[in-house]
Amino acid sequence: MKGQLLTGNVTAAAAARLARVDYVPAYPITPQTEIIETIADWVREGKMDSRFVQLESEHSMMTAAGAASLAGARVFTATSSQGMLYTIEMLYNVSGWRAPMLLANVSRGVAAPIVLEPDHNDVLAARDSGFLQFHSETCQEVADLVLLAYRVAEDKRVMLPAIVNLDGFYLSFTREPVVLPEQKAVDLFLPPYEPVAPLRASRPVSRGSSVFEGFLYSYFRYNTHAASLKAKEVFEEAAQEFERRFGRSYGPVEGYMLEDADYVIVMSNSFTALGRQAVRRMRARGVKAGLLKLVMVRPFPSEEVAAMLRGRRVVAVFDQNLSPGLGGIFYPEIAGALYNARGRPGAVLPVVGALGGKQTTAKEMDSIFEEMMAVDRAGKAPEPIFLMRADELTRVKKMVSVAEGSR
Amino acid sequence: MATATRFKTLKDMPVQDYLSPGNTLCAGCGGVLAVRVFHKVLGPNVAWVNAAGCMTVTMSYPLSPLKSNWLYTAFASAPAGAQGVRDALDVLIAKGKLPESENLKVVVVTGDGAAYDIGLQSAAGAIDRRLDFYYLCYDNEAYGNTGFQVSSSTPFGSATKTTPATPAFPLGNTVRKKDLFEVWRAMKAPYVATLANSHGLDFLRKVEKGGTVKGPRMYIALAGCPTGWGFDPRETIELEKLAVQTGIWPLKEAVDGTVRHTFVPRTLTPVKEYLKTQERFRHLFEPAEKPEAIAAVQGAVNAYWKEAGAKEGFEVKVPAGTGS
Repeated sequence: MKGQLLTGNVTAAAAARLARVDYVPAYPITPQTEIIETIADWVREGKMDSRFVQLESEHSMMTAAGAASLAGARVFTATSSQGMLYTIEMLYNVSGWRAPMLLANVSRGVAAPIVLEPDHNDVLAARDSGFLQFHSETCQEVADLVLLAYRVAEDKRVMLPAIVNLDGFYLSFTREPVVLPEQKAVDLFLPPYEPVAPLRASRPVSRGSSVFEGFLYSYFRYNTHAASLKAKEVFEEAAQEFERRFGRSYGPVEGYMLEDADYVIVMSNSFTALGRQAVRRMRARGVKAGLLKLVMVRPFPSEEVAAMLRGRRVVAVFDQNLSPGLGGIFYPEIAGALYNARGRPGAVLPVVGALGGKQTTAKEMDSIFEEMMAVDRAGKAPEPIFLMRADELTRVKKMVSVAEGSR
Repeated sequence: MATATRFKTLKDMPVQDYLSPGNTLCAGCGGVLAVRVFHKVLGPNVAWVNAAGCMTVTMSYPLSPLKSNWLYTAFASAPAGAQGVRDALDVLIAKGKLPESENLKVVVVTGDGAAYDIGLQSAAGAIDRRLDFYYLCYDNEAYGNTGFQVSSSTPFGSATKTTPATPAFPLGNTVRKKDLFEVWRAMKAPYVATLANSHGLDFLRKVEKGGTVKGPRMYIALAGCPTGWGFDPRETIELEKLAVQTGIWPLKEAVDGTVRHTFVPRTLTPVKEYLKTQERFRHLFEPAEKPEAIAAVQGAVNAYWKEAGAKEGFEVKVPAGTGS
């Protein structure tokens, strides 16, 4: 099947339309805005049967989204960066409400300083909120993961909201060939949303009630955790059906040239493409290189990570995010998944890079594999890598001197 | 502006209750009384959308004193929650996915902290979008649920836990109360009203009248707060009556921006009579009376009624010796 050239943003909007969403509360922020503009246009042109409303903030947008989901509507919305941070309070509420709406996050680094291009501190700020998270490498994955995410989120065994992440600029504004499934096939894959205990005249309900006892609070929190863990199995079931219907296969993680790989880089989102190229270059040099991509970030696929990294000599975790004072955010999650695993890798190398969408060269990517091999040879504990090239540092120094000079 | 009403006397108050007695709110709470009466007029098919406050804590799992729907959102965004519920019901009914019989009246209920402070932005957005909803603010003039800290609804001269009266700050709170009625009116809400539990017929008629309006409707209900204000719980109604008779709490409504006072106290009772009943104003009388502060409160009330009377063509006699 031949695809059409679509940006990641238009793909996300198209997937929401295919999902027949009832309601789209929205608020603009770069680089997400094209999604809501596209939907607003379709709704007003009569090409999409949804209600679109622009709220006055992301916090209100998410409140409306969750409330509408509890009232029985299938809900879609989108945000980026500061918008994600601004609505964090509501993410915890919406997941606690067990409202299975979908949020597309178009990743962008967070202020200060202000930046427009992507890293994952925005979406990972939602890490502990209870939202399921699916991260896309390509525009095609954006379309497919939106449909899969609805299917999983609305499953009665799960009933949790979900985030589908796509990188700003690298996916949001980049046209890639995308095969959009036929509406009829989507309707079979994704039946209408059936809310549990919606707000109704005939059978009133209380939602968001307070609990003042720790044991009761613990119960509900554990329940959310259990539902999130269950989402992995539900995702795998849905992915099998998805593959049958649409011919594309998905798992919680994806391996690339992993079979005999000694040196494996773990990546997520659009920069994974750079990792794939590096693996091919290394293979051409006779290095047994491989890549593991995280697709599902919540629930975290610990077992798959442990299984696919078993027996490797060295693993590098490429974190496109930074928790100051800790390092990368995925690193401890991967290391935690490996610690009790049999045959765990000899070392795990922490790498932080591509913050704010920093261009990352082949040489930089290759240096990660070279460092993995050096660690392996020396049998030493790896030192964390923070990617920054000499030519970039020269430019930094020049700009700093300009800024200092203007005082 | 005479409108047909089913409420001729207080005896017409609906007998049916949708808020059960025995809830966990304080004895003498004016807020819960307002919710109860409001609900009587609206009938059973309601979705209450709440922001953090005293009402939040009475909805404690697994119990609910309500016979209607309830959704707690967050402190800052109850009107946005109302937006989501309203839009969802509208779109599902329009698409034929839900019968009209399942429709609900959507009512935001918050205290003054949410209505005047942290949730004002969300309310402003809902007003701009002409959201079809009711907003009931039970106004106890401070953050009551957290123990009585100052809000922008706290009146001049009130002590609160964060504006205590001390020798260096003898008046407690020195900021005047925000005029939320005028804020909503300026934002072109089609219906804005104040309520007092002591004036039941006025209360019933205003809620009834709101039912004939489409769009954002605001009700600011004086909510006597025995624990925060410091008075005997049995005095709530008397105290609210005094607030109205002193002119401190004007009963009024604005229909499409036109203001009308629905109760005009022909002769104002001196504000001192109201202030001296409550612990929050005790420092205005002890250890020594502060006549200037009391005169400032009285002066503001007098000026308010003079201006209102000039606009609407009525006269109010101010207390003797407090100026024209």
